[in-house]
Amino acid sequence: MTETLLDIEDLSVHFPTRRKLFVAVNKANLAVEPGEIHGLVGESGAGKSTIGAAVMGLLERPGHIAEGTVSFKGEHINGRDADGMRALRGAKISMIFQDPLTSLNPLLTVGQQLVETIQFHLKLSDADSKKRAIELLDRVGIPMPDERINQYPHQFSGGMRQRVVIALALCSEPDVIIADEPTTALDVSIQAQILELIKELARERQTGVVLITHDMGVIADTTDKVTVMYQGEVVESGTTEQVLGAPAHEYTKSLIAAVPRPTLKVHRFPQLSYGGRQIAFHIDDLARNWDRPEPTKSGTLLKVDGLTKTFLQSGSLIPSRRKYFTAVDKVSFDIREGEVFGIVGESGSGKSTVARMIATLYQTNGGKIFFDEDEITQLKTAKDLESYRRQIQMIFQDPFSSLNPRMRVDEIIAEPVKHHKLLEGDAIQHRVDELLERVGLGSEAGRKYPHEFSGGQRQRISIARALATQPRFLICDEPTSALDVSIQAQILNILKDLQEHLGLTMLFISHDLPVVRQMCDRVGVMRQGQMVEVADTETLFASPKEAYTRELLSLMPKLEGLSTEGLEDEIV
Amino acid sequence: MLTYVLKRVLQSALVLLVVGLVAFSMFQFVGDPIDNMLGQERTDADIARLRTELGLDQPFPVQYYKFLENAVQGDFGVSYRQGRPVAEILVERAPATLELAAVSGFLAISIGIGLGVLTAIRKDGFLANAIMSLSLIGVSLPTFLIGILLIYLFSVELGWLPAFGRGDVVHIGWWSTGLLTGSGLKAIILPAITLGLYQMTLIMRLVRSEMLEVLRQDYVRFARARGLKDRTVNFRHALKNTLVPVITVTGLQLGSIIAFAIITETVFQWPGVGLLFINAVQFVDIPVMAAYLMLISVMFVGINLIVDLLYFAIDPRLRTDGKGAH
Repeated sequence: MTETLLDIEDLSVHFPTRRKLFVAVNKANLAVEPGEIHGLVGESGAGKSTIGAAVMGLLERPGHIAEGTVSFKGEHINGRDADGMRALRGAKISMIFQDPLTSLNPLLTVGQQLVETIQFHLKLSDADSKKRAIELLDRVGIPMPDERINQYPHQFSGGMRQRVVIALALCSEPDVIIADEPTTALDVSIQAQILELIKELARERQTGVVLITHDMGVIADTTDKVTVMYQGEVVESGTTEQVLGAPAHEYTKSLIAAVPRPTLKVHRFPQLSYGGRQIAFHIDDLARNWDRPEPTKSGTLLKVDGLTKTFLQSGSLIPSRRKYFTAVDKVSFDIREGEVFGIVGESGSGKSTVARMIATLYQTNGGKIFFDEDEITQLKTAKDLESYRRQIQMIFQDPFSSLNPRMRVDEIIAEPVKHHKLLEGDAIQHRVDELLERVGLGSEAGRKYPHEFSGGQRQRISIARALATQPRFLICDEPTSALDVSIQAQILNILKDLQEHLGLTMLFISHDLPVVRQMCDRVGVMRQGQMVEVADTETLFASPKEAYTRELLSLMPKLEGLSTEGLEDEIV
Repeated sequence: MLTYVLKRVLQSALVLLVVGLVAFSMFQFVGDPIDNMLGQERTDADIARLRTELGLDQPFPVQYYKFLENAVQGDFGVSYRQGRPVAEILVERAPATLELAAVSGFLAISIGIGLGVLTAIRKDGFLANAIMSLSLIGVSLPTFLIGILLIYLFSVELGWLPAFGRGDVVHIGWWSTGLLTGSGLKAIILPAITLGLYQMTLIMRLVRSEMLEVLRQDYVRFARARGLKDRTVNFRHALKNTLVPVITVTGLQLGSIIAFAIITETVFQWPGVGLLFINAVQFVDIPVMAAYLMLISVMFVGINLIVDLLYFAIDPRLRTDGKGAH
């Protein structure tokens, strides 16, 4: 009989504020056995990270454990004093954070940070500590560890940095690792490697792992058991197979139904909303007042030919010594009127750069862009571009930084209308009210400021702003990757409605292959600035031609064990 | 790196030229030095002769050009008031100002950073709140008032410290120092506090806000999660990351310590270049004013250059040439 490593019983965490008591976690239970990976899943604000911080004794004040116990190998650890917690923290229980770009000190070398931690916990000599640091880097799969140990964090790529973070967490041979969204900030291929590493560690060293994530794909592929949280409470817990395959609780069902599947194409995501979060979107009303322009003769709305973009990498007074980096290299594709064209690729593949060149936010360094037979790349002055810019609008990834926090929502939505002088006087306010009404926020939302809205609501404001000029072409740059899965399902439904009812053409950029499969008619795969393959979505997913596409598809979580409850009527 | 330094030095030279030009254009309005230099029984012929002799009949760009031509050869002209070479007077006066600036700069940086860290770590403590409230006095009271208050308290009422002057000095080569004699050390205390108080509170408040920001960063949380001691986390991980913006402001403030020494030197009758400048303005002593202004701008520009190079020393991210980034 193995001993339970970490046992959380009836844990409640309270954050008293001036107005009221905020209960972040309410009577949560969770147990981790040696060698087991226990997934903790839920949407933002569910309290999953708070549980991690509570176990580590790292709750931000005024948060505190109000009731319940946390036991490590049968011994209560909550209520220990600062020194007692420190003896445990890092030594027996380690933590891995989400963003490898910010969790390493930028001013110390990787070696200095490792040696410091090893010396503190294991009291080894300088030489032995360094030897162990190199062994650890080698263990987590960093090539040439004896050289790289003297480098600074910025000299490592994102995936390599996360390996360093894991090495740091392993310094003291912990029994439990709490991994808080360890792969959320990483590309899909890197994500697979890091998860594989965590699985290996759990198996070899019999480490217990608590894997906190919002990603059902990670849960399905990695964990043995899973606990689902909703608004601070555990709603369901059990083996991964059972919870994902036959969920018992309504919330788990709605969460699983909202996950985009790589193998099933749905018409719309089911609105199995839990907790009254479903918000109506009135596309029919919007379509009635929509001025549709004449369709193009050729059927092609946007044509991109040999598009190239270079960035200055290191400057020099002498032009011949300047180094350039080619972000986009002779990319060509065309988008038919009324279709959704997807671009997929890993970070740094140049997909966002392509979008920005089409939106005329970046100057091109070669190649041509045609929109409705006009060559856009020949237009130079802002005045010439005006009419083109009205017809294309953009929705950005981060709903928090893409709205000006000092402007009221109605001003934000009215701005493009005023800029292009489309309407005057009361008609502007009328259009703003109508748009807010249609995206399901209500016209009174116009008098508020962006910070009063949640991420999903903000993305609706972005959509309303993009629709204000009645565009023909919408560029969506990772529109849902910052959102929770149920909110993502709502936004994707809205975008599908826009395409279907308003005849909008879209460029949809994403790194998330299942989402692309749900959204796009055709897909282009980009890698290191080049377009590797362009094909119909179904063809691409069923029989990819290029090796790189096959590799990308093979890394995609399969999600085969997921319940299809609620999806039956929507499968295409 | 070398290109960068060269570029900065060229920029600095340009800044100096412009500062000099502006200074010379303003000398037109400070008054006529001839009035002070010739006595009551002067004739028009005397005035015209002296004016030509000093080159004051020339338009100011020409005067500026001549000044520059001589200055690059180390000749800053002769003081109208004292009749001695300006370079000689400056060398004689500079040690007093530089010592005062160094002592108050040291006080400002060491106490400022120390208190800043303390108030950031014990964010809600009684001591931290008391220090923060008191620091408002340092920020809001003007220098001359602080000086007068200190003189009243420590010299007039308590009689502990001298109210003016530099005390006894020791000569080491051409450098004269007051830091090696008892009366010299006593004399520097009040002016140094007066001069450095504002910078100290400013640095303290800046270090505090930067430190609070850094303490929220993931790498600090991760360092705590690895079980490292609070002292290691606060000083090794947090403080060093706080320093980059602090160095920028501190560099600018060191320049203004030297420039603001004018007021403190006047209040304490400190025999430095600031007092020299004030006297020169009263007498319209153009060569002294010109040399002083150029000296101050050289210092400002020099300090800024050093600050920029310090960034490279502290932040490894600026040092890379793109190698091994991936």
